[in-house]
Amino acid sequence: MTGTTTTSSSSPASGSGAVLLRTRTRRSTGEALIRVLLAAAATVSVLTTVLIVFSLIRETVSFFGEVPLADYLLGDKWTPLLGGEQQSFGVLPLVWSTLYITFIALAFAVPVGLLSAIYLSEYAPTKVRKTIKPILEVLAGVPTIVFGYFALTFFTPEFLKGFLNLDIASNNQLAAGLICGLLVMPIIASVAEDGMSAVPAALREGAFGLGANRMQVAIRVVFPAALSGVVAGIVLGASRAIGETLVILLAAGNGQLLPNGPVTDPGEPAGSMAAFIAGTAGGDIPTGSLEYETIFAVGFTLFLITLVLNMISIRLVNKYRQVYE
Amino acid sequence: MSTGKQIADAAIANSAIPAPDGTARVKQGAFKSLMYGALALAILGLVLLLGDVFNDGAGKISPELFTNQPSKIRPETSGFQSALIGTVYLMGIVAFLVVPLGVATAIYLEEYADRTKWWNRLVEVNIQNLAGVPSVVYGILGLAFIVRGPLSLGRTIVAGGITLALLVLPVVIIVAREAIRAVPPSIREGSLALGATKWQTIWKQVLPGSIAGIATGVILALSRAIGETAPLLILGAAISPRINPSLDNEVLTAMPLQIFNWTRDSEVDKFLPLAAAAILVLMVVLLMMNSLAIFLRNRYEQKW
Repeated sequence: MTGTTTTSSSSPASGSGAVLLRTRTRRSTGEALIRVLLAAAATVSVLTTVLIVFSLIRETVSFFGEVPLADYLLGDKWTPLLGGEQQSFGVLPLVWSTLYITFIALAFAVPVGLLSAIYLSEYAPTKVRKTIKPILEVLAGVPTIVFGYFALTFFTPEFLKGFLNLDIASNNQLAAGLICGLLVMPIIASVAEDGMSAVPAALREGAFGLGANRMQVAIRVVFPAALSGVVAGIVLGASRAIGETLVILLAAGNGQLLPNGPVTDPGEPAGSMAAFIAGTAGGDIPTGSLEYETIFAVGFTLFLITLVLNMISIRLVNKYRQVYE
Repeated sequence: MSTGKQIADAAIANSAIPAPDGTARVKQGAFKSLMYGALALAILGLVLLLGDVFNDGAGKISPELFTNQPSKIRPETSGFQSALIGTVYLMGIVAFLVVPLGVATAIYLEEYADRTKWWNRLVEVNIQNLAGVPSVVYGILGLAFIVRGPLSLGRTIVAGGITLALLVLPVVIIVAREAIRAVPPSIREGSLALGATKWQTIWKQVLPGSIAGIATGVILALSRAIGETAPLLILGAAISPRINPSLDNEVLTAMPLQIFNWTRDSEVDKFLPLAAAAILVLMVVLLMMNSLAIFLRNRYEQKW
């Protein structure tokens, strides 16, 4: 509130008309300049998108100059780093593994996340809510490298192989999927909970007044009313799982060698598009080589998939915002 | 909500509505146990995660860890000094770039942009989309434009900092916008009525009123950037360098990268305790940053 007095004293309250006029001009020039500077800052983010798309497309176009589009989209052998005869660019197994791991992640994260969201929104006493929400926030803030470490050093050897006695490889899709699920669960819970909390109390009271019990209100009234928020959370979680890198790189493999088509055994190593990019780009690959362009082609594929998912999620979130605010 | 429940309970008690029969009660009980089970799984996951890291790394924490350079052969004398210095540099560069850019963009969108213009709507949708772009894609951008290509900065700490700044910029913008929007219009109108210009109003009323929220956003963005590994990996970061990164050498390293190297190279498990110890240090820093954000939010948040 101290600012108010400063502001009023700095604005000239008196003086001749000429002075006032000159002040105004100088001021409006300054104001216009500030506006331009702020707008320029806002263009940086647009420029980022333009540069992302431009850099992806440029190398992807030269990639398809050497590899036919049909071979890339329809081929079922992914061995881009091998030489000569064995080299093959069928992206299908890589996309399959990405979606397979995402599916395992969601199979864990959607039920756990949504049940947590319903509990937090409809059942939890304020005290419990105030304890559990920060715990979920901590879980959401843990760097993904830590989840990767956990998957590789504890979850696969101690839990899946040791405790459950499963016969699986050290790098496997199951561990990557489940740990990815643990990672995206708080995101789904948080977005879904926001949607449920935004459902007006009158809807619940009406249902209670008609004799519905708490479970019926939660499942048949609040859940459908918050459906767009719930779906937005799931889509956002899926998008995060598809783009997740470190967990999959450490737990499932780098996806550089998938010669036998899609890997359907969850206990076998595979990889994902993001893991392939991060695991391959780190080295000394010369600019313009086919390996270098492969990274961009895979990156462009990944970018398009997540772009579609994000657009769906943004649409849904904006929709339920409009309804209840 | 509770009033509705009370009314419903009272209605059931005082009227001819039949009390919930056995099956309904069983169903409700089962649903409740499902919810408790889900929460227990989530919390168990977190406890196991933290417990595993603590168990592996706590014994390894020592002053030498901070003062020694990483070694590829001798885990007993290996430290993570270069990685720690790298992370400090990266955080400095990211903060230096995202604070002005993020706040300026947020001010533009909230105070100046005319939402009926397609250009401004494009900027908005674009920022929401950028927030969902996978971090590897930012790594590709960094590789193609910053490390190589037009900027050609090489594998430097500055290249890493710029890449991470672009990655977390949407976070700062989105949180700062919320904070600016929370300042009520009456504050702006009062200031304008007293003769202040638009910019004076923003600088002396809106920004001081939203500083807590903006600071929270910046800390949130930094805590995301501090744990990012994938983009730096793509830029071609150094593996366990024994030289500290600086503004004029080509040493790109950071704590999460060092953790990744130690985790990946550990065929014989020799370096795993080091990785766990580094994770513990990183987690403590993150916890301090988050506590600072909560403190700022509670201490300086304006109630209008």
